[in-house]
Formats: sequence, C-alpha cells, structure tokens
Amino acid sequence: MASGDFNIQYVAHLARIELTPEEESKLGQQLGGILGYINQLREVDVSGVDPTAHAFPMVNVTRKDELGQSLTNDEALGNAPARANGLFVVPKIVE
Amino acid sequence: MLNRLTISQLTAQLATRKASALEAVRSCFDRIGEVDARVHAFLSLDEPDAIRQAKQADGLLDAGKTHAEMPLLGVPVAIKDVISVRGQPLTCASRILGNYRSPYDATVIERLRAAGAIVFGRTNLDEFAMGSSTENSAFGPTFNPWDLSRTPGGSSGGSAAAVVSDFCSAALGSDTGGSIRQPAALVGCVGFKPSYGLVSRSGLVAFASSLDQIGPLTKDVRDAAMMLNAISGWDQRDSTSIPKSLPDYTACLSGEVKGIRLGIPKEYAIGGLDVEVDGAVKAALKHLERLGAEIVEISLPHTEYSVATYYIVATAEASANLARFDGVRYGLRIDGDDPLELYSKTRGAGFGAEVKRRIILGTYVLSSGYYDAYYLRAQKVRTLIRQDFLKAFEKVDAIVTPTTPGPAFKIGEKIEDPLQMYLSDIFTISCNLAGICGMSIPCGFTANPKLPIGLQFLGRPFGEETLLRVAHAFEQTTPWHKERPVL
Repeated sequence: MASGDFNIQYVAHLARIELTPEEESKLGQQLGGILGYINQLREVDVSGVDPTAHAFPMVNVTRKDELGQSLTNDEALGNAPARANGLFVVPKIVE
Repeated sequence: MLNRLTISQLTAQLATRKASALEAVRSCFDRIGEVDARVHAFLSLDEPDAIRQAKQADGLLDAGKTHAEMPLLGVPVAIKDVISVRGQPLTCASRILGNYRSPYDATVIERLRAAGAIVFGRTNLDEFAMGSSTENSAFGPTFNPWDLSRTPGGSSGGSAAAVVSDFCSAALGSDTGGSIRQPAALVGCVGFKPSYGLVSRSGLVAFASSLDQIGPLTKDVRDAAMMLNAISGWDQRDSTSIPKSLPDYTACLSGEVKGIRLGIPKEYAIGGLDVEVDGAVKAALKHLERLGAEIVEISLPHTEYSVATYYIVATAEASANLARFDGVRYGLRIDGDDPLELYSKTRGAGFGAEVKRRIILGTYVLSSGYYDAYYLRAQKVRTLIRQDFLKAFEKVDAIVTPTTPGPAFKIGEKIEDPLQMYLSDIFTISCNLAGICGMSIPCGFTANPKLPIGLQFLGRPFGEETLLRVAHAFEQTTPWHKERPVL
C-alpha cells in the first residue's frame, strides 16, 4: 500500500483533468496527506471478510419490457454544446 | 407570515381557505427578497413558475381537493440544485454544467407534484455535493443565518439555510456522508437521511451511488414524516430502490418512548468534541431518559476507520460517476484538437478544487496496482462497519450521538485543510456506509455566539418510524425547534 509513489500528473491524466502547475503542487501535497491518513486501514484485519459494494445488494433487477416515455431527439440534444443533423458534434476521432 | 409555518400548520390554513397557496408563495418570495442577498441560499429562482403552480393549487383547493388526497397541496418546497426539475437550471454548483436545463423531473419531484407541493428554487450546495460547508460552490458560499461569518454546513447548506430563514416550508437535500444531517444541525432544523433504497435516486445527479440518498430538511419532525410519505417508495427508474410496502410515517408520532432502548456508542466520545455540544447532548439523553427511554452503552468498534473508508468508497464511485462530464453531450466545452484534449481541458476548467481532489483520489484508489490495497480493502472494512451497526441494533432500537463535533465553523476556517474538513464528518459518515437511516434535530444552543447544536439518531435499515417517534417525543417536550435566527 505504497502512497509514496503517488504521481499526480499520471493520475490526473487517467482522470482526464488538465491541471495547472500550481494545482499539481497544491493538490499533490493535499492528496499526499489524505493518503497518509487513509493508510490507517492497513491496521484492520480483513481476512475472511466479504467486500460490501452495496448495503442492500439486489441482482438482476429488470422492468417489464414495455414502451415508455423517453426524450425526443431535440430534448436529448437540447443541452449539447455543439450539434448538427440530430447528432452531437465532437472533434475527429480517427484520421 | 405563512412562510414561517410548518407544513402541518400551513396546510391547516389552506384547507380552511384562511390562506391561499398564492399568499404562501408570495410570503416566501417576500422573505427571500428581504434577506437572501445576505444568506445566499438560492442559486436560482423562477417566481412566475412558482406563482403558476400556486394558482393551480388554489384552483384545486377551490374545487374541493383535500389534503387527505394531496397532503402537500399548496406547500412551497425548495430543491437542492443537484435534483432535476424539468425546465429549470441544474448547476450542481459547478461551472461544468454551463447553462444546462433539466429535460425531465426527478422521481422525487414527480412525487412532490403528485402530493400537490409547489416545487420552487434551486438551493446552493458544495459543488456536486462534495463538501461540508457549502464553500465549495462555484457561485459563492451560503452564510449561516445565525452568524453570517459562519458556514451553514454542507453540502445541503442552501436547503438548510432556506428552511430556518423561512424562505420555504421545507426543502429537499441529498446525503452521501452527512450532507443533510450536518447542515440541519449547524442551522437548527430537522434533517432526515432515509435508509438506502427507500427514496428513488432517479434524477439526482450521482456523486457516490451506493451512499447517496435524497431526504427532507424541515421545521419540525412531523413535517419530515409528511415529506417522507410523499417521496418514499419503489421506483422502476432506480434499480437500487427497495420494493417494500410503506407505512404512513405520521402515524408513529405518538409521543411515547417508554421502553425504547437508545444506544450510546462509547467510541463516539472523541477528543475534540466541543464542550457545549457535549453538554447539550448529555442533557438531551437525560431528557430522553425522563421521557421513559432506556440508555444503554454500546460499541461500534470500527468507528475510527469510517472516515478513511468513506473517502475511498465515495471518491472511487465519484470518479466513475463524474466521468460523464466531458464536454460532449451537455454543459461546458473547451475545444481541443482531439477528444482527449477536449475532455481534459473541459474538466480542468469546469471542476473546482475539491471535485478535482476527489476525482483524482478516486481514480488513484481504483487504478491498476492499487485497487486491492485501497478500494477492495475499504469495501471489506465497510462490511465490518455495517456489521457493527447490525449487531448494535440487536441490543438497541436506535443510536444517539452528537450530529457534529462542534457548532458552525467560520467561513474559511477549514477550507484550506481538506483532511480537517473530512474529519468533521466523523459522526454522520458511517450511517451511509452501513445503509441505515439517520436524522438530526435541534437539541440546544451554544452561549456566545448563539449557534444551534444537533442531536443525531441512527436507526435500523428501514427503521424510520422509530427515529421519528423518538425525535418527535423529544421535540414536543423541548423548545429548541421553535427558535429562529434574527436576520
């Protein structure tokens, strides 16, 4: 559980968040402190304990396969930063 | 002065047509116009829409509709700006949502409307409900109505401040680690966090999906029960909502607590607990004992690990949930040469510091090589925390604690030290990890300055009625809930 190798630039890249150099240094320092605190979980004996993802896990929750109300194309695109021909516009993904 | 009334008082006046819903809404807007420039509880308001709803409610009342059929008919309810209301802005107190307007109503909003409520106003919060002071709002903090130099707590600080400032009859908030109960305590109102799965999350912008619940902030306990009646229940749009038949939550308000066993967790006697908070909570326990409750010491041995566990589980879920804010389908977009650059620039410009901190922490604890050591381990400790509670509830009907270690803190006091801010959530955080219900009610004031103190009750999963019954009995025999700040 090493937190010494926490690399703010790398993790921010994974999170797709551009940081300024000032943010990198401040957030990096704060997160170092928080990770130090979080490391106390190492003390806990968790052998044989099942993980909890949900307090009341329910599986295979389905609804009836019935047609319901949904957004119109126009409503769905209503908040789009850029749209054309009933679609979201994004930068070119493949050359 | 209709805005000052509880829901039950207001509906009594509306039912006899002593007052109209239009007058009720106008009294709220008058009060907001008078003092919200100083409190800043609201991010946006749509007065014409509120008036239209009020006229509709008056029409129904004139046509003979009763509160037995629509229990909240004509009642103005303010909404935390993280819950979708069709046609209204939804900012989550973030720049990243830009000029977003909700294309649909959250399930809780549909239910409030079905009960006749007037849904109005978008209340301030910490950005994406991440914070304990409402200082993380991109649009400026909300100020505590008891002392404008202090925070109202958070993240539902706007909703809490709106209720005690009499801007509305009641409000909705959301609670992921204390975000309803903590601000309720720090401003002196009632805040209820329902058991996980009782209230649909459909239309609530997700922060940590396995912890988030919507709940009411109200002027008294009966109002909390009335709001729960309106918003609870299974919803096919939320696969984590529990199919379960529900009681009338006002039916348990008997005033009777004889024989109820209340647990005091010995691990909650922490250093750093404010002397006046400690005194008020001890006095409250004595009072509950006089009313006939039995006080029992219990143990929740994994309490000290709850904050660390929470900040792994919650941030991991947040990092996944907030991936959707990428500048493609809605909100802010900062262009880039390729999609990756567009995402990074948009998210770098759109998110505030606390949200960035949490997404990055959550990304780290889920990343390759660290998943087992952090996230999986935290999920296992979460199991132990939950088992602590279930074991305690074999011995007691409810658990009583302070809601917060201290009264409202100063704006700016903790904002530069995120870990200290996180540690102030120590009493409220386990409740969400365990999926149980919890509430905060006023139990006193500090002397100088005069600031509210909150008493927290924690209950079994779906044990809402026990909490409401005990809290109501306490409230009806104490004066604290009647106090209002002078603004």
